[in-house]
Amino acid sequence: MKSKTITSSKNLSPVQIQQKGDVLLLSFNGNIINYESQDLLKTIQNSFSRGVNHLDFQTDFLQDWDSSLLVILYEVLRMAKSNNIHYSLTSLPDNLQQLLNLAFAVDRKPSHSQSEKLPVIERIGQLAMQFYGQTISVLKYLGAVGGGVWRFLTASSIMRKTDFLAALEECGPQALAIVALISFLVGLILAFVGAVQLQTFGAQIYVASLVTIGMCRIMGAIMVGIIMAGRTGSAYAATIGTMQVNEELDALQTMGLSHIDFLVMPRLFSLLIAMPILTMLADFMGMMGGAFVGVFLMNLPYQEYWKYAFNAFNLSNFSVGIFHGFCFGFIIAICGCYCGLTCGRNADSVGLATTRSVVTAIVWMIVVTGIITVICQELGI
Amino acid sequence: MNKNIAIDVRDLTVGYGDYILLHDATYQVHKGDIFIIMGGSGCGKSSMLRVLTGLLPPQKGDVVINGTNIATASAEEVQKIREKSGILYQSGALFSSMTLAENIALPLQQYSDYSDETIRELAHLKLALVGLTGFDDFYPSEISGGMKKRAGLARALAFDPDIVYFDEPSAGLDPISSHNLDELILELNQSLGTTIVVVTHELDSIFTIGNNSIFLDAGSKTILAHGDPKELLKNPPNQEVYQFLTRGEKK
Ligand SMILES: Nc1ncnc2c1ncn2[C@@H]1O[C@H](COP(=O)(O)OP(=O)(O)OP(=O)(O)O)[C@@H](O)[C@H]1O
Ligand SMILES: [Mg+2]
Repeated sequence: MKSKTITSSKNLSPVQIQQKGDVLLLSFNGNIINYESQDLLKTIQNSFSRGVNHLDFQTDFLQDWDSSLLVILYEVLRMAKSNNIHYSLTSLPDNLQQLLNLAFAVDRKPSHSQSEKLPVIERIGQLAMQFYGQTISVLKYLGAVGGGVWRFLTASSIMRKTDFLAALEECGPQALAIVALISFLVGLILAFVGAVQLQTFGAQIYVASLVTIGMCRIMGAIMVGIIMAGRTGSAYAATIGTMQVNEELDALQTMGLSHIDFLVMPRLFSLLIAMPILTMLADFMGMMGGAFVGVFLMNLPYQEYWKYAFNAFNLSNFSVGIFHGFCFGFIIAICGCYCGLTCGRNADSVGLATTRSVVTAIVWMIVVTGIITVICQELGI
Repeated sequence: MNKNIAIDVRDLTVGYGDYILLHDATYQVHKGDIFIIMGGSGCGKSSMLRVLTGLLPPQKGDVVINGTNIATASAEEVQKIREKSGILYQSGALFSSMTLAENIALPLQQYSDYSDETIRELAHLKLALVGLTGFDDFYPSEISGGMKKRAGLARALAFDPDIVYFDEPSAGLDPISSHNLDELILELNQSLGTTIVVVTHELDSIFTIGNNSIFLDAGSKTILAHGDPKELLKNPPNQEVYQFLTRGEKK
């Protein structure tokens, strides 16, 4: 009988494939450690489609091996099974046989596969259904929050004072430093950018007005919003999400303690109180940043600078800014808590909930800013 | 209706949306039983407890707890049932921002008219009952896993419940702590007459404490066996139950 030898790479290869008639013989020699098996498997696959119907092994010269050999055998046997090729494991070392038997012991597939490939139309439909479901769940949640506020106003809420104070401390005093620093720097940047343009007209002094109006009307609130979404909204989502994972939310529910009253209300109220105050701080620090540039770097007279700054200051701008801060506080608390409450039951989903809380909060802050701006435009504020 | 039945489950289907875990489950738990729910990982034991405690609405069928059908009850009635059940969660589920005493005091503050002083003493007593005297002011992060389980039990006992549910009480405990917890469960059952439902894989506990049980199977999504675990071991109705109760021996 004519015998054909296909050697997978070099002559002294650790794995040799020999085809004799309808029998394929795999010989393993020496050490098979960290063996890259893709080419070999392709070769074997090809010879399976060329009239092989029996598979045999030869391991007399096999010395040391690791999982890479096991991978070869596992894949080869799976191919053999699907091609209806006969094989016997008896010529393999005992421990290899045992491991292979283990690997093939359970043939059952998980009962529900998560990601089936669906046709495009069905996937669009599914997304629409998801969107619908989510909208309903958000509306229900907002309704529940409304109920929580009502219970608070009618003094039948079970919100704990200690929880409220702890939340207030977290988003008030503990946020002062970072808010002050960032808004000082933003004021500084605004002044710099403005100064370059205004200098060409010799109108540097209007930097004072620019910074004051910019910070008070919108930039102060936006900066505070972004900072607080990142440090507080995400913390809400992570804390509540972890409570979900630890079954603490279940425990609260079985005790009949409303998640809204117990977890959302203290966080919502503390942000509603803290955000306007932080916005005022940001306005002030931004003006200080502007003054720093004006007085020390552009050598504008100190009194002159503040005179222009106060002239530009106007109460309606200032209150629009504060109102923004208040709305942002609401958005951050609502998004953070919602993402936490709808978090899944493993560690991964806590990470996801945290990211989601920050992204949704920032998106909604921008949307609301747009709405407020249009309304103010219409009302002429 | 039989007065001696604490939990009556008929034709129950448990699942999340389209994902069915168990169908046509029918069983009864008698008052004063220590009832074991067993089965392989992921077969829906915790989900079954979530149904029994009103956290997961049944997809089909009736779940009657002390005469109230959860499937048709109003929110207030479900809440009444919950107040009369204590639950020890798989992970303890203590509130990490509160001390042990505050954890136990929380439901009492909500639902009783006791003074703060009395509540503090009650919390102290419940902690003492589970062997945690002196740990009132510790936070959950400062105690060991076994102690968390016991503190969780103390909280479950806060309201002198009729039924106490345990989700894998001995998971993650050393053999001695887990034995002590079994003793505690038996004592509770004997001294207070509390009905107890335990989800567990621990064969020792199953045979020492259980006097009735069901065996859930993920493959067929049904109850494969129902009865006293010791009897089930003597006359196993099928291969799966026999293997489970003998740690994998083949018949
Ligand atoms: N909220 C949920 N939504 C969707 N599927 C869920 C949810 N909770 C659990 N499941 C699924 O239900 C199945 C059973 O979960 P369950 O926690 O009831 O199992 P178990 O029998 O308690 O397992 P274990 O012994 O590991 O605790 C799991 O496959 C899980 O993926
Ligand atoms: Mg479980």
